[in-house]
Amino acid sequence: MAAVATCGTGAGSTGSIVATTSKNNVTSFQRKGPRASGTDSGCSRLVSIAGTRPSVRNGQLLVSTGLPALDQLLGGGLAVGTVLLIEEDKYNIYSSLLFKYFLAEGIINGHTLLVASAKEDPADILQELPAPLLDDNYKKDLDEDICNHQTPDSNIKMKIAWRYQLLPKMESGPVSSSRFGHYYDASKRMPRELIETSKWHGFFFPEKLSSTLNKEPCSLTHGYRRLLQFIQKVIYEEGFDGSNPQKKQKNILRIGIQNLGSPLWGDDICCTENCDNSHSLTKFLYVLRGLLRTSLSACIITMPAHLIQNRAIIARITNLSDTVVGLESFIGSERETNPLYKDYHGLIHIRQIPRLNNLIYDVSDVKDLAFKLKRKLFTIERLHLPPDLSDTVSRSSKQDLAESSKLLGPGCGMMAGGKQHLDF
Amino acid sequence: MFPELNNLLNITPDRAEQGKLTLLCDAKTDGSFLVHHFLSFYLKANCKVCFVALIQSFSHYNIVGQKLGVSLTAARECGQLVFLEGLKSSVDVFFRAQAEPHPLQFLREADAGNLQPLYEFVRETLKPMDDGQAAWRCPVLLVDDLSVLLSLGLGAVAVLDFIHYCRVAVCWERKGNIVALAHDSGDGEDKENDILLNGLSHQSHLILRAEGLATGFCRDVHGQLRILWRTPSQPTAQRDGSLTYQYKIQDKSVSFFAKGMSPAVL
Repeated sequence: MAAVATCGTGAGSTGSIVATTSKNNVTSFQRKGPRASGTDSGCSRLVSIAGTRPSVRNGQLLVSTGLPALDQLLGGGLAVGTVLLIEEDKYNIYSSLLFKYFLAEGIINGHTLLVASAKEDPADILQELPAPLLDDNYKKDLDEDICNHQTPDSNIKMKIAWRYQLLPKMESGPVSSSRFGHYYDASKRMPRELIETSKWHGFFFPEKLSSTLNKEPCSLTHGYRRLLQFIQKVIYEEGFDGSNPQKKQKNILRIGIQNLGSPLWGDDICCTENCDNSHSLTKFLYVLRGLLRTSLSACIITMPAHLIQNRAIIARITNLSDTVVGLESFIGSERETNPLYKDYHGLIHIRQIPRLNNLIYDVSDVKDLAFKLKRKLFTIERLHLPPDLSDTVSRSSKQDLAESSKLLGPGCGMMAGGKQHLDF
Repeated sequence: MFPELNNLLNITPDRAEQGKLTLLCDAKTDGSFLVHHFLSFYLKANCKVCFVALIQSFSHYNIVGQKLGVSLTAARECGQLVFLEGLKSSVDVFFRAQAEPHPLQFLREADAGNLQPLYEFVRETLKPMDDGQAAWRCPVLLVDDLSVLLSLGLGAVAVLDFIHYCRVAVCWERKGNIVALAHDSGDGEDKENDILLNGLSHQSHLILRAEGLATGFCRDVHGQLRILWRTPSQPTAQRDGSLTYQYKIQDKSVSFFAKGMSPAVL
């Protein structure tokens, strides 16, 4: 309802705006950028792009990240024209999984892909994408572990513990309409026919090292410069920015950049604290942001943020990205054997959500989120401590409880970093 | 503009002050609502505004401006608003060599450049109109934001020089105002940013500091705003006034209340 309302008022007040946009070199069928798509009556045109939907709050065009649980936490999905930055977990296991989910979602929806990596050949990355789960197959498997789950459709009214019914329900099963957000089976590969029929562009940095370009002095490292030129070429030639009147492009370009900032890209930001060209990565992100804002594309970047030693740069990178999600896996840390975390594989921190075309934004109240990778499904749930059922409450377990309650207490998100711990 | 913030700052669009530098800074939260406030305030006050928007696109400010009652496209049409869209221009500057110097020329330079082309652009747009057509009240320079210039390879000294030159041209010569936003990392990690922020704080007449709550996230109170009035020319003359309020951002306005007096609590 909110989307219709904004469309309605937008159409009324944009009478003068439509007249003026004709002066700004906008082709008649497409807007200059995807940002204002919500307020114009042309929002009905843009909704027809497969795999997108307008945001409930402001009509912003959204695409799915490939994980419906993450979509729900980000306010419905990833906005077209923005960057999703994933701070990698220590061994790059789960962040590469999120990266693959994003690309797989693009293939299912028929979007064009642009995969850039300095470590793996993009063709190999595409061969390893997870297979989509069809709804009828999944329902059978869901019944198997239904005893551990509370399905979102359960209408059982709780008689005794009725307060728990008021708790927010996290999405754990497939949504009824399968047009936005799909589920993937991480144990199976995507069928090769689907990959072959999809349109994708690959950028494998070691291949592009040999060819030389005009050597104009610029503070960007060689790899970033080549990548930016490649992205700009694809956007321009395929018509994603609406500048080419012959190319009527009504599709989304999904850009995936893997391990940005790692030494494989030629950047020493992860190696030393005082690096020579410390502005290279931030400048890259800025120009990338400019490219995305003026085209119908969405980008996912995974970055080994735990390796960056200069903490100031992390803050700058966060400011230059739109949505920032951090993954922290328990592998190798003392939390792996901690009985409090036995159900989960790691924590997920939503560090930043953008306020686009709006003063407010959709922020979830739940700040303590944990993820687990089950046999087929990657779920994100609210982290809660299990009840302390041991007969003798030993001192060590009390210590663990205090540690984890300190984790839950401040509930820092993008709003504030709480330093003071409220002791209840 | 937010009427409650106007009351707190004791200004109205009819009686806008002149020759002032206002510093907006945010620490651990998003202070962009202050930029939207001042943009719509000065447009309603009939001032000529030069907006250097480096971090978001034009349609973002336009859509929010419509909620606050100003139309940026109409203002741009009649010449009241000169909008430098950093993101769009950066793509042009970076990929194609420009014939004449572009305000964002430093993006093409290898080592730390300076902001002289940007200063020339600002001075050119805010110079007095000789034909005396539509006499705007006073020129205003709005920058969103200055910390991103540090990310783009410029030093803190270059940015401070730019602000200094703009102050001479806008505040002193033309009796206009400057409003600039800078981020505060808070924990002293970013030394360049701290230099920039300290330098700006000492030059400004009004500092609005949006901070997150020290106790963490709250649904009903989004943060705390500290207002500090200063007189930089006479540092020891009188005590600077300072006020602290907490705020909650809504769809079309921001409500302010005294600390601990949120309507959700009372």
